[in-house]
Amino acid sequence: MRFTGHLDLHRTWERTFRRAALPLAYSAGFNPQPKINIGAALPLGCLSEGDLIDVWLESEVDPLQVESSLRLAAPPGIQVDEVRPIEPKEPVLQSVVRAAIFEAASPNLLSPDEMDHRIEALMQCEQLPRVRRSKSYDLRPLIEELRLDRATSKLWMRLVSREGATGRPEEVLDALGLDPTDFVIRRTGLVLSQPEVAPPPPPSP
Amino acid sequence: MIMDLAPAQIDKALARILPKVEKPGRYTGGELNQVVKDWDAISSRVALVFPDVYDLGMSNLGLAVLYDILNRQPDVLAERVFAPWPDMEAALRRDGIPLFSLETKHALRDFDLIGVSLPYETLYTNTLNLLDLGGVPLRAADRRRDDPVVIAGGHATYNPEPMAEFLDAFAIGEGEDLILEVVAAIRAWRESGQERAALHHSLARIWGVYVPSLYRAHYTEDGSLERTTALEPGIPARVIKRIVPQLPPPMTRFIVPYIDVTHNRVAVEIMRGCTRGCRFCQAGMITRPVRERSVDEIVDAIDEALRQTGYEEVALLSLSSSDFDEVLPLVRAVRQRFAGRHLNLSLPSLRIESFSVELMDLLQGESHRSGFTLAPEAATERMREIINKPVSTAQVLDTAREIYRHGWHTIKLYFMIGHPQETLEDVQAIADLCKQVLAVGREIVGGRAHVTAGVSTFVPKPHTPFQWVPCDTVEQIRAKQSLLKRSLRGPGLKLNWNHPEGTMLEAWLSRGDRRMGQVIEQAWRRGARFDAWQDHLRMDAWLAAFEATGLDPAFYTHRERPIDETLPWDHIDAGVRKAFLTEDYLWSLRGRTRVDCRERCFACGILPRFADLRRLNPGDVWECPEVRSPVRVPAEILTLTPA
Repeated sequence: MRFTGHLDLHRTWERTFRRAALPLAYSAGFNPQPKINIGAALPLGCLSEGDLIDVWLESEVDPLQVESSLRLAAPPGIQVDEVRPIEPKEPVLQSVVRAAIFEAASPNLLSPDEMDHRIEALMQCEQLPRVRRSKSYDLRPLIEELRLDRATSKLWMRLVSREGATGRPEEVLDALGLDPTDFVIRRTGLVLSQPEVAPPPPPSP
Repeated sequence: MIMDLAPAQIDKALARILPKVEKPGRYTGGELNQVVKDWDAISSRVALVFPDVYDLGMSNLGLAVLYDILNRQPDVLAERVFAPWPDMEAALRRDGIPLFSLETKHALRDFDLIGVSLPYETLYTNTLNLLDLGGVPLRAADRRRDDPVVIAGGHATYNPEPMAEFLDAFAIGEGEDLILEVVAAIRAWRESGQERAALHHSLARIWGVYVPSLYRAHYTEDGSLERTTALEPGIPARVIKRIVPQLPPPMTRFIVPYIDVTHNRVAVEIMRGCTRGCRFCQAGMITRPVRERSVDEIVDAIDEALRQTGYEEVALLSLSSSDFDEVLPLVRAVRQRFAGRHLNLSLPSLRIESFSVELMDLLQGESHRSGFTLAPEAATERMREIINKPVSTAQVLDTAREIYRHGWHTIKLYFMIGHPQETLEDVQAIADLCKQVLAVGREIVGGRAHVTAGVSTFVPKPHTPFQWVPCDTVEQIRAKQSLLKRSLRGPGLKLNWNHPEGTMLEAWLSRGDRRMGQVIEQAWRRGARFDAWQDHLRMDAWLAAFEATGLDPAFYTHRERPIDETLPWDHIDAGVRKAFLTEDYLWSLRGRTRVDCRERCFACGILPRFADLRRLNPGDVWECPEVRSPVRVPAEILTLTPA
């Protein structure tokens, strides 16, 4: 599950709803697509909890029934926490997600002092010009918060996650001079501009 | 050096490696509907291997069917193993990690039985590579008591000789029943504590199993094959292919990959075999008799499979779907039962002459974007008579017209070059026919009309009426292809073709004898892998391998074989008599055709070979005529078939 890309995750959800025999709504037109909206794309290899998706059904179904059918139909690796009806007029999920919180753990982390030193140096930069897939961008404004949680030896970061401006945790690790493939990265929550779900609080320094 | 690692150690190593390789989702397992059993509580452990990458292996229906059959057995477990992509192979070799199963991450060498699927020949080097990566001795003769038993099946194994040295046994024919008998034989042997030779003897007694170590190939002075003989009395001189007298219910519990694979869909085999008798078509010759499933059974299976998977596409598979007796009722029933469920229906392999306007009406709206495929195979009526696919050019154009009228803009036309007796005029006719079809399309949909010509190169396959004919040389193929490239230019036209090198390799491997095993091993040692992938094919490695073994590639491909020459696959009995193939070949030389054998039985040999099975399964279950009179049952079947 961890190595399922964004488009494949979309398909996984579609199939989950189909198995659950829920009346998934499809777009009109020549090539109808299921109306499933994933809150924020997850970088490949990341674990995640507290994800949000919007789904349109063709007819009203009791949310509790949706929840129990989805739980039965979900593939290994996906756990359905909660289903909640939303008003059709509410803004789409992607426009509400503002930031995402990540934790990165590695068996070969540097010493806490060295880590703190690197983080501080990084956060003091005014710009962090980087190139990803031959496009250049500035990583620095996408990092809202970055710190080492000494109790758990995990890196904790809150990165901007809006359409067209998404901070990627592996880019942050790379900018810190660390090999992202050494890390297990977990997205622990999304930060919404209209908080429906409270994001987990940052660890105390 | 591959280390001896336990699943927990392999898991730990994977956590380190996977983030660094391309498409890591190929190696994780854990998909919906995979079956994980308690390893220590199960006595027979089978690794099902598809020797190509996950994306292809997961799209293979045969492997899925065997996985389902084996895992239904309470005392058997089956797990999947696929070929690692080169980047993953490099990572495994660097760290000494053995190739492992997706379900429980056991090394390949930990299994009792390794079942390799070989639907086509260009998987041979990958097979060696998998065994090597899995810590399994390459040659059957080098495997010891505790090593896994390695068996291969699939269409390519109708000529098992090139891979004879590497496999303990081959499953010739259909595996649904055979696999369980093989598992039982292996279990009994393990319990008996006997040497490996004892297992080979008991496997050789199973109908459809060929144990190459019990046979010897004799060659004449000039290097051609004299005969292949059984080494001991009691071992059958010819191995008769296995068939299931009736198709069992279709499997429905498909594993649903998390990542996108080649075919992500429910697949139901609606019919096995083909009554048409195209002379180039190995599948049409070796999958006889034709057996169909009932519409109700198919539709119920689709329903159940959709419930299990949530898939949005269903494919109804067979060699010639429009020849399925109940094709219209079937498509209608699928349409009705799943109306409003956003289900795509794919019905590949439609024949020009049995494909009706009504069927087109029913398929309207399906996959318009991907185009509609027809396979005239040859472009002149003379050529189509030689290959026994007698469709008229007028029929091709009429069908094309209806396809464009029904909303498709692209027609894909499949042809082959290199047919016996082919001239450059026949090749030029391919381009002309494509342009005629395009012109028809322009009349109906104007500038949106497209024609894609897929032109592959014919390889004469074992067990077909063309098994004696030579292959075109690389120069001949190039000349024909450049003619096509020159002629098929312009808006609305597209040409797809295969590199001649890949064709040569396919020809060597499918027509080779036992000595070819040396070449395969040498090529693999020189880096040949993923030979089916045009951009991975290492011709230098193959030519060096021929050089090193002193074998002449042209001997296998460019020599017309005398009609009385012993062929490397003559001791494999596909049910169709050699006398029938010979007659059909001679007919082809005179341009004489045969009609669909549902109209008239041509006595290909299937009925006398399996007369007892036919008598036990009368009626529409087979497309062959019924056997009423008592026919002498071949002794091999009586002794080999369990009652």
